[in-house]
Amino acid sequence: MGNIKTIAKRELNAYFASPVAYVFIVIFLLLTGFFTFMIGRFLEANEASLNAFFMWHPWLYLFLVPAAGMRLWSEEHRQGTLELLMTMPITPWQAIVGKFAASWLFLGVALCLTFPMYITVNYLGDPDNGVIIGGYIGSFLMAGAYLAVTCLTSALTRNQVIAFIVSVVICLLLILAGWPPVTEFVNGIVDSLAPNATWIVSMVSSFSVMTHFEDFQRGVVDPRHVLFFLSVIGFSLFSTSVVLKSKRS
Amino acid sequence: MIKVENLVKKFGPKTAVDDVSFTVEPGEILGFLGPNGAGKSTTMRMVTGFIPPTAGTVSVGGHDILDNPVEAKKAMGYLPESAPSYPDMTVLGFLRFAAEIRGLAGAEKNKAIDRVVELCFLENVIHQSVDTLSKGYRHRTCFAQSIVHDPDILVMDEPTDGLDPNQKREIRQLIRRMGEKKAIIFSTHILEEVEAVCSRAMIIDRGKVVANGTPSELSSKSELAGSVTLKVRGTGAGAIRSSLDKIDLVSKTTTVEEKDDVAWVRAFPKDQPKNGEVSAAVAETAAKENWSVVEVYTERGRLDEVFWNLTISETEEQPK
Repeated sequence: MGNIKTIAKRELNAYFASPVAYVFIVIFLLLTGFFTFMIGRFLEANEASLNAFFMWHPWLYLFLVPAAGMRLWSEEHRQGTLELLMTMPITPWQAIVGKFAASWLFLGVALCLTFPMYITVNYLGDPDNGVIIGGYIGSFLMAGAYLAVTCLTSALTRNQVIAFIVSVVICLLLILAGWPPVTEFVNGIVDSLAPNATWIVSMVSSFSVMTHFEDFQRGVVDPRHVLFFLSVIGFSLFSTSVVLKSKRS
Repeated sequence: MIKVENLVKKFGPKTAVDDVSFTVEPGEILGFLGPNGAGKSTTMRMVTGFIPPTAGTVSVGGHDILDNPVEAKKAMGYLPESAPSYPDMTVLGFLRFAAEIRGLAGAEKNKAIDRVVELCFLENVIHQSVDTLSKGYRHRTCFAQSIVHDPDILVMDEPTDGLDPNQKREIRQLIRRMGEKKAIIFSTHILEEVEAVCSRAMIIDRGKVVANGTPSELSSKSELAGSVTLKVRGTGAGAIRSSLDKIDLVSKTTTVEEKDDVAWVRAFPKDQPKNGEVSAAVAETAAKENWSVVEVYTERGRLDEVFWNLTISETEEQPK
């Protein structure tokens, strides 16, 4: 546990030692504001809720989370510090969890800095704050899932650009899996090959972060959805450890 | 203590390290010598647990590097070849991180950091970020990281690479001082370094150990070892050589150089003569012939020649 903390502390300091953290936070806040007010028409909707705010998160995270996480392991490869880290008296798992936790915490800080939205909606109306908190929890878990995917792609390459692009594509697939045109497309294929295997269609669409995130937006913190995001994180981090091990031999 | 047995590493069809075994006891400094790509770094990476061996075992301080990696790594300090460090950290921040991950805390941690900062001459740059440092400072920062927990076992891959001559000297002295109590492995391709620092040297070529012994043992394998070199003014090299050839102990003579009235001749001994026997005989002949001797000395053998013979001739034997 102490080792995880030391690794996480170093990683978090690395964010704030460079302009990355500040640029990220400013861009994130500007974009959430822009999407909520200009495109989501938050004020015109005249609704005492943050739906117009949360609905954009899957799309904002699609680009911003890979940008925040792409250097996690690729930079260790490139600088040669992986050799240092892996010869220190820690287990690879401690390093993986420590680095992931630091980045997730950083994303959490950025998310917390959207608190003016919460204040605004409470000042203007009388929203259901339970729903808002549910939205925040869902948003944080979704960011974690994207981040874990980025962790994995970043372990695969020393090139940050490749890590970024591959994670955007994977996260996009996670978003689109439940989108009706995609569901129909999968349905069409399944129908022609194995007409009775409708479970494949529901399995594919159950991988969609959208379906899982929607319930959070309604203020429902369903353990199944929490489990979904946590298992994406667990699976990706486990794969990261496998990749790092195979890279070293 | 480091114990390496029958270590093998294969990268696909290529064998990088081929059946290497050695032990290093506390108080011993083992120098790894070898041309680039001989397998020195790969061996060290396996000893430090960075890459797993294809076959063979490594035990560090009594702990197997595969079965008990964390305990083995605790006992060890490692300076990788490229001396990596996190460029966005300050020197102090980096050393703090290294100390914390080694389990140091509080006053103990600060004392350890102060000690390595002094040992590695980092006082002037301690608050600077690593990416603003010159190569020498960067190297020493990583060196400091490897000794911050005062390990019993040290593995250093080219510790003096990229340093200026003064710094090289300081680091060598530091390694020698630490080698009094610790078990140290270090690699280099600077031969004088081996003679200055190591208690034992191993020459590795294409993954195999081709020589193993104290630096003086290795240099005595040189053809020149035990030969007597004589510089004479006013006598021709031919005349000198024909006189020297008559000495029983001498097997053959060569002319090294003849210039400005000074002849420079080398006499090689037969078998393994006792210390000073040949030079005494050569001096006797010189006195008898009434040569005006400028200089006479016995070669102790040269490590560079041994190195060259062991690593070059084998390459020629097996052309690819």
